[in-house]
Amino acid sequence: MIEIIDKLALYFQYPFVRYAMVVGVLIALCSSLLGVTLVLKHFSFIGDGLSHVAFGAMAAATVLSLTNDMLLILPVTLLCAILLLRSGQNAKIKGDAAIAMISVGALAIGYMVVNVFSASANITGDVCSTLFGSTSILTLTQTEVWLCIGLSVVVISIFLLFYHKIFAVTFDENFALATGTKANFYNLLIAVVIALIIVLAMNLVGSLLISALVIFPALSAMRVFKSFRSVIICSAVVSVFCAMLGIIISTVAGTPVGSTIVVVDIVAFALFSSVGLLAGGIKA
Amino acid sequence: MAQIICRDVVLGYEGKIVVKGLDFSVFGGDYLCIVGENGSGKTTLMKALLRLKAPVSGQILTGDSLKPYEIGYLPQQTNVQKDFPASVEEIVLSGCLNRCGWRPFYKKEERQIAEDNINKLGIGHLAKRCYRELSGGQQQRVLLARALGATRKMLLLDEPVAGLDPVVAAEMYELIAKLNREEGITVIMVSHDIAAAVRYASHILHLGYEPLFFGTKADYLNSDVGKSFMAVMGGAVQ
Ligand SMILES: Nc1ncnc2c1ncn2[C@@H]1O[C@H](COP(=O)(O)OP(=O)(O)O)[C@@H](O)[C@H]1O
Ligand SMILES: [Mg+2]
Repeated sequence: MIEIIDKLALYFQYPFVRYAMVVGVLIALCSSLLGVTLVLKHFSFIGDGLSHVAFGAMAAATVLSLTNDMLLILPVTLLCAILLLRSGQNAKIKGDAAIAMISVGALAIGYMVVNVFSASANITGDVCSTLFGSTSILTLTQTEVWLCIGLSVVVISIFLLFYHKIFAVTFDENFALATGTKANFYNLLIAVVIALIIVLAMNLVGSLLISALVIFPALSAMRVFKSFRSVIICSAVVSVFCAMLGIIISTVAGTPVGSTIVVVDIVAFALFSSVGLLAGGIKA
Repeated sequence: MAQIICRDVVLGYEGKIVVKGLDFSVFGGDYLCIVGENGSGKTTLMKALLRLKAPVSGQILTGDSLKPYEIGYLPQQTNVQKDFPASVEEIVLSGCLNRCGWRPFYKKEERQIAEDNINKLGIGHLAKRCYRELSGGQQQRVLLARALGATRKMLLLDEPVAGLDPVVAAEMYELIAKLNREEGITVIMVSHDIAAAVRYASHILHLGYEPLFFGTKADYLNSDVGKSFMAVMGGAVQ
């Protein structure tokens, strides 16, 4: 035990490990906040679709050798978030089909583009790390850390400022709309924030595992707590805790960061499920 | 000037017409009951009045500077998912949201309104409970408390007493009548219960028969459709 603590103390002397921790905690916090809304509005698949779009955009950015690939990834993902949300509403092409189309399409095009145009010798490695985020979190530059902090502040403030509106629109969109709340605007806002979170979280867990980061803490909290506020608070705490634990384990054991965090999230989900079953839910 | 004016409104879904020839006005302080059998388009009309659904043709105008944020609404069904985590308190409070505008937090007085409405509907002991674990009648009262929070000029209710036992239903009718009488709130109510409709309403709209009946309660009681329904209901209710 002492050894492990010593080892950790040593690791945390390195700035890149500290960066990873800061970024990890912020991303976990942001992704958990909207997870509840996403799950309840049946939007979880949008998160999944968007992460593939972000992958496609990242591939394109690599090929174009942009100095800051965020400049491409962010707007493309935002645009797709808005498009997907609209298609979900007027359902000409059924929402889930549209999402499947866009997400698989982006994945295929992204992979092809990388294969055809990339000059890198280790294409499989590059693709793998974008998909699973293997080591990228330990190679964050200071600029990326600041960008991440900035985006997190934006996400968290939007959430806090519009918390009551997000609740109303999630609980009963028709009532909100009928009584003068601009539900469409808030839906749009939710889509924009989801896109921000996805782009943020790509750094941490890679694009394939983002949905897990968004959904698991929310589902865990919903097993046990029964008011919206307690569920949000609980899922934020669970998410941050799991991310910290995951980062520590992966640093010590040398496992990939993203998948370690997701595995810890899954364990937490199993725990909460059993507590929920045993207690029949805490009344609050 | 009227608060809501319907001019030759036709309502329907994907080419299938549900109601046509809707021509009526609702003035401030009116109590309009919309009656008609299942599937005659009462809920559809409610949604059109709330602008949740566009009419196939015709116009629905609002006048008297009636704004959406002054309207309270009790839906017939709220498709709340089975596992939605929300407490009674949170839901009733969300009815006051339209008083906030862009302000991100509720003021003390809005919390007070929510609390008063919870007490008015006798669900104070349920305030901390989870909505989805309540009985149908309890859920209905929660949604009505929410609707009251949103109401400042007009209250639209779609079958407000469905699922309530007779005593609570009678209390509910009295409460709504009191709001109408004492605070001048315009009430538009969909109901199956024609006996209650003619007891409380000032105006009746009867859907499902050609031509549609719209007029005051007195006219309704003298009309053919009104007479035949009262005869049937009289037999059934007494
Ligand atoms: N979303 C919908 N899509 C298609 N048809 C609908 C829809 N909702 C209601 N209808 C049809 O419209 C008619 C009127 O329904 P509704 O307004 O709910 O009746 P009521 O409230 O008077 O019982 C019914 O025939 C119903 O089948
Ligand atoms: Mg109906």
